[in-house]
Amino acid sequence: MDKLTSWGQYPYVHADVKTPSKEELPVLEFKSYIPRGLGRSYGDSALASAVVTSKKLKHFIAFDKDKGLLTCDAGVSLDEILRIFVPQGWFLQVTPGTKFVSVGGAIASDVHGKNHHIDGCFSEFVQSITLVINNQEVQCSREVNSELFYATCGGMGLTGMIVNATIQLRKVKSAYIKQKTIKTNNLKDTLAVFEEHQSSTYSVAWIDCLSDGAEFGRSLVMLGEHAEQGSLEVHQSGKLTIPCNLPSQLLNKYSIQSFNFLYYHRIRNRETNDFLHYDPFFYPLDGINNWNRMYGKNGFTQYQFVIPKEAGYEGLSEILKAIVSSKQGSFLAVLKIFGKENNSPLSFPMEGFTLALDFKISDSLFPFLNKLDDIVKKYKGRLYLAKDARMSESTFKTGYPRWEQFQKVRDNYGTLESYNSLQSKRIGL
Amino acid sequence: MNNVVIVGATSAMAEAVAQRYAEDKANLFLLARNQEKLDIIRQDLLVRGANSVHQASFSANEIESQPQCVDQIFDTLGTVDVFLIAYGSLPDQDLCQKDVNKAVEEINTNGVSVVSLLTLVANKMETQATGNITVITSVAGDRGRQSNYVYGAAKGMVSTFLQGLAQRMHKSNIHVLDIKPGFVDTPMTAEFKKSALWAQPEQVAKLIYNRINKKSNFSYAPSFWFAIMSIIKSVPKFIFNKVSL
Ligand SMILES: Cc1cc2nc3c(=O)[nH]c(=O)nc-3n(C[C@H](O)[C@H](O)[C@H](O)COP(=O)(O)OP(=O)(O)OC[C@H]3O[C@@H](n4cnc5c(N)ncnc54)[C@H](O)[C@@H]3O)c2cc1C
Ligand SMILES: NC(=O)c1ccc[n+]([C@@H]2O[C@H](COP(=O)([O-])OP(=O)(O)OC[C@H]3O[C@@H](n4cnc5c(N)ncnc54)[C@H](OP(=O)(O)O)[C@@H]3O)[C@@H](O)[C@H]2O)c1
Repeated sequence: MDKLTSWGQYPYVHADVKTPSKEELPVLEFKSYIPRGLGRSYGDSALASAVVTSKKLKHFIAFDKDKGLLTCDAGVSLDEILRIFVPQGWFLQVTPGTKFVSVGGAIASDVHGKNHHIDGCFSEFVQSITLVINNQEVQCSREVNSELFYATCGGMGLTGMIVNATIQLRKVKSAYIKQKTIKTNNLKDTLAVFEEHQSSTYSVAWIDCLSDGAEFGRSLVMLGEHAEQGSLEVHQSGKLTIPCNLPSQLLNKYSIQSFNFLYYHRIRNRETNDFLHYDPFFYPLDGINNWNRMYGKNGFTQYQFVIPKEAGYEGLSEILKAIVSSKQGSFLAVLKIFGKENNSPLSFPMEGFTLALDFKISDSLFPFLNKLDDIVKKYKGRLYLAKDARMSESTFKTGYPRWEQFQKVRDNYGTLESYNSLQSKRIGL
Repeated sequence: MNNVVIVGATSAMAEAVAQRYAEDKANLFLLARNQEKLDIIRQDLLVRGANSVHQASFSANEIESQPQCVDQIFDTLGTVDVFLIAYGSLPDQDLCQKDVNKAVEEINTNGVSVVSLLTLVANKMETQATGNITVITSVAGDRGRQSNYVYGAAKGMVSTFLQGLAQRMHKSNIHVLDIKPGFVDTPMTAEFKKSALWAQPEQVAKLIYNRINKKSNFSYAPSFWFAIMSIIKSVPKFIFNKVSL
């Protein structure tokens, strides 16, 4: 039995963890388990009393140099893909804010990046998937077993163990990004800037959650395009390591506030243009190993919700106001615009606004987040399963009305009993 | 380092070394007994950038087929820049004590077959007058311990052999490197409880790769095993014989 947790260091579980090779996978003795990649999900989606990791599924299988189609094992990390393919002029089509996730995890959470409004989710670039379901190999794609394919993308490991997949890479001429940073005065301004720059490939805003009054919602909006010039040089591996959990008092309101302040004031002009490597642009926190330990031993959670476009300024400001007045906010408050929802019943993005914030776990936190849930529900929004450790079954089921369709597919392929996580049990899947 | 041969290429450490050479666009010649595993590794290395990957079957228990095998390698690659011998088996010590056939078999696998292969390869390399021969032995060969002295004896035999070979090959500009890993987290040691002393195969692979490039003669991997083994080797026998190691 191992004591196991994920990125938020909350919750912990005693788990029987197996790391089979490809050959051993179909003969596992577990009756029910949850697949696990690199444990970069924040909450309990990759936790259960029986866990099977993809650590040994780490081979590349084929690469079509003309089309940029890569077939690889599910345990291969995005970090590894970048290391091998950037020098050859290929990048990921969609990448989350850390490169230390596995291909299996990226599919299972149907992750999104700063280009969702243009390109959609990770699964848009997945051509086919091989799963092991109840000790049998099953292939799926948009053409073959399509229901299973859609359910598996965003399916949080509940449709079986992904063993390999074929994904489309993006041709790039350089490893560099042309970045434009726009400093906005308040939330209205921020949304207007997003609107104005909706054709930018990458966009994201860092909101200062603790500013109030006339400056409520002031942000740095960061836009990016792949550069045409610059070398195809690959990133370096992380330098700094947070060796142990820091005392959680370090991260009090004042340190958060000063961090936000520093961040905002680093930028002096309304508009700044930079030319930077993809690593700091996409993965600003990857340079510090185990930065999650900064939150102390009680752990933390990330609250990420999306509300539909119609809810707009009103919805966003209501939630932000609640966060500002609670004074529990984090130094990572990330706002993004999402494009259209896709065919996958549990895929998180829907057309609208998404905001993600870190919260240190404390006694007062969950009651507060329950209140935020109510506002999200009121605006017909939902929470991201990859970040969640606490949402209720009803919050989940109202947020994801296609959950019954998802369960039907699981039933058809016999995965209802055999793949379960702490999360799936909590939210009634 | 364009042409790289790895014997026991399905070993976790060997595979991690092969990945580094693949990224350097090397021509690889891989040998192992399990061809299915080798197929997967070959595909992987090609995607990683290897210029070419040849594969052949090799079993430590078939010493008589070694000359033909070595000919095939040198015929295919022309010159060999790196010849890495990585295979090994960690036997159950109890079994070796009870069954003499088992003890001899393990000495053959980890010791005699390597010595035989090295003899053939050294003669080929000598005429090249360039290149590297690396063997993964073990810290277990430094001093016999009751928990694994059959394995240790075989590894120690190879290490002693390599000392002499290195001296002989120096004249021909061949770099001979003996790598002695400590505890490494690989399939061989899957059943062991892991502690802070354990290294990952990738870490050891990086050391091997760098030491070959730098023509280093340092064996211990990770390096701190030098200190540990210095102490273990210096414990007087009258104390050593009383402890359980
Ligand atoms: C710093 C940071 C930034 C992030 N930024 C973003 C972001 O911008 N956008 C975004 O969308 N997400 C983001 N995430 C979340 C992260 O991308 C997802 O949680 C992702 O799923 C993690 O992948 P993993 O390999 O670590 O999977 P794990 O955390 O190990 O597992 C996550 C889920 O995937 C399932 N799973 C994993 N492997 C398999 C498999 N082989 N077969 C079937 N199911 C599997 C698990 O069962 C679990 O439900 C971020 C996370 C961090 C820590
Ligand atoms: N892991 C450690 O802690 C440790 C410590 C010190 C030294 N070493 C040495 O490091 C080397 C690499 O081992 P590893 O740790 O990477 O373990 P590994 O992944 O288990 O590799 C062992 C390799 O040896 C091969 N092999 C075993 N018996 C063989 C035989 N009779 N004929 C041909 N090949 C045979 C195996 O082939 P199959 O794939 O076909 O089984 C496998 O490729 C070995 O020489 C080992 O003794 C290991």
